This record gives sequence, structure tokens and C-alpha cells, in this order.
Amino acid sequence: MHPHRRKRLFNIILVLLFSTSGIGLILYSLNKNLDYFFTPTELKTINIPEDKRIKIGGMVLENSVVREQSKVIFTVTDYKNYIEVVYEGIVPDLFKEGSGVVALGFMQNETFYAQEVLAKHDENYMPPNLNINNDN
Amino acid sequence: MIKRFIHQFASPKTYLFQVDKVYRYILYISLIIYSFSLTWGLLFTPEDFVQGNSYRIIYLHVPASFISQSLYAIMAIASITYLIWRVKLAAYFIIAIAPIGAMTTFIALISGSIWGIPTWGTWWQWDARITSTLILFIMYLGLISLHNSFSNYEKADKLLSWLVIVGFVNIPIIKKSVDWWSTLHQSASITLTDKPSIDPSMLYPLIGCIIGFFGLIICLVILSSKYQIFKRERKKSWVKEYV
Repeated sequence: MHPHRRKRLFNIILVLLFSTSGIGLILYSLNKNLDYFFTPTELKTINIPEDKRIKIGGMVLENSVVREQSKVIFTVTDYKNYIEVVYEGIVPDLFKEGSGVVALGFMQNETFYAQEVLAKHDENYMPPNLNINNDN
Repeated sequence: MIKRFIHQFASPKTYLFQVDKVYRYILYISLIIYSFSLTWGLLFTPEDFVQGNSYRIIYLHVPASFISQSLYAIMAIASITYLIWRVKLAAYFIIAIAPIGAMTTFIALISGSIWGIPTWGTWWQWDARITSTLILFIMYLGLISLHNSFSNYEKADKLLSWLVIVGFVNIPIIKKSVDWWSTLHQSASITLTDKPSIDPSMLYPLIGCIIGFFGLIICLVILSSKYQIFKRERKKSWVKEYV
């Protein structure tokens, strides 16, 4: 390779190295702040003030959904820890037991009072009849 | 021999006179593949077991987001080629691709938002995947406006190439965002290592859509690169000869 070109290639590698390590350091230091939600296990280990609005995410525990008039009460779990969520309002169509959910609200005395509930879809796509076969 | 071939093809003149031969084939083949796969995907695939019919937006969303990232990778390769070997054609490609990349990223963002309303219950959330894709869109716009702000093309090309290389770090971040952080966006259904978690009846038309859409976008890139050649080499006698 021509020495001029080798020098330019070296510069490119240097720039790539610096930009990735720079961004990498920023992302590393932000790490947990870039998470979209807390899992129930994370919530148990850290202390969050009651007046701080947070998002929690996990699966809706099977047979945990109770509807009382306009209130929906359900348990969010990562199958290690469990958090009871109380929400007043309409849940999205895809909200159901055994599927993912993200709730925005406040943690008060072991209960999570949600202001907004979003359904989290997973990466599985399949026709309905196949799903029945897989369950059996 | 390979070296001579590259040298020849890398000259804007040979490229301009040769590319029309392949352009027609790419256009027709990808039009056939795309319209066939899209019809198959939209009309003849089964409904999804939880999402019903709304999942069908993946036949637009996945190709658009895949191609928006691929185009950036192609721009990065062109940038390195330009910076090391000073191939003029590579510089034309960078600025030819940028607006098309912005367009596909925009399609990905809009189609994702439309899908988000019935699925998540929201059209926009600041999770890592959505935010990094928005950054990609803004980067494309930034590159275009930066290039337009120069009157000296050569300076603009050099600066643009460096910026494309610096910004490339965003591409693996978009790709891995759903694995590194908790996000509202689901993780990838199609990976190189695992069995796809999307049923074959839905997967085959999706792959067809990706290939077909990619072909159509390549046609757009060819047209756009020809425009750059006309713009930058308009004083050359062979451009007049071509026109």
C-alpha cells in the first residue's frame, strides 16, 4: 500500500477507535439510566422515593388480573419477584395474562399505582391455530 | 486484472455508461419480487395469534428499518474508499445515498408508530431502540444539510466522509439496543444464530419483501448517483455525449 494511503487508513482506524470508545464510555456510565423500565427484582434492591414517577416492566402473572369496576389490579413479575399493580383506566388490547407489560406510576407501600399501562409485545409471530398446537 | 477492473469501473464515466445495462434488470426483478411478496404478505398470510391483522405492517416496517441501517453501512464503506483511495465515484455515492437513507428511516419510524398504537397503546416512547433510530434519521438530515452548506464540493466530501465514519458507531447501537437495555420494542425475531421466532408462513413473504424493497432502493440509489454525476461533471464532454 502506498505510504500516503496507509497513513489515511491509520487515521480512519484511529477516528473509529476514538468515536467508539467515547460513545462506549458515555453509554457505560449511563448504563442503567438508559433502561426503559425497572424489573421487579431491581425494584426490590434499590430504594425509590414515593413521589418519583417510574416505569416498571415484566410479565402479567397468570390468574392475577382482577377487575373491580374501572379498576384493574394485577401482578407484574419477572418470575423471581412480584409487584402488585393498581390501575384505573383502559388497558391496551394486547394486555393479557402471561404477556409483557410496562406500567408508569408511583411505588407506595409495596403497591404500584399506575397512571399508564402499555403492552409489551414479544418477538413471536405465529398463526392462531399453530399456537393452540404448541400449548398442548 | 481485478485492480484494472476496479479502476475502470470506479471512474464516473464508465459507471455512467455501464450502469444502465444492469439498472433495468434490477428494477424489473425487484418489482416482481416485491409486488409478489407484498401481496402474499398482506393478503394470503394467516393472522397473528395475538396481534390479528395489525402485525402485517412488518412487511413495510422491517424492510425499511433494515435498509436504513444497511444504507448507512454502505455510506461508511464508500467514505473509507473515498478517504483512502480518493475515488470520486465513492464520494458521489455518499451524498447520493444520504437522502434515500433519511427516507427509509422516516418510513421505519412512521410505520413503527402506526403499529405502536394498537399494539403497545402508544405511538412514541423514548426507549433505546426508538431513540437511536431517531438519532439515525437526524444524522442523515445533518449530513445532507452539511453537504449543502459548502460551495466547495471537495471539502464537503472530505468532511462528510469523516462524519459518516464517526456516526457509524450508532449502527451497532441500534442493532443491539434491544439486548443491552430493557426496551418497549421487542427483540429481534430473525437472527443469524437462532431459529427465527416468526412462523415460516409469515417469514417467507417477509424475506421477499426485504429483498424486493432492497432492489428498489438500489435502483433509487443508482438514479440518485447519476444525478450527482450530472451535477458534478456537467462540464465534461462525455456527460454531454451521454445526454
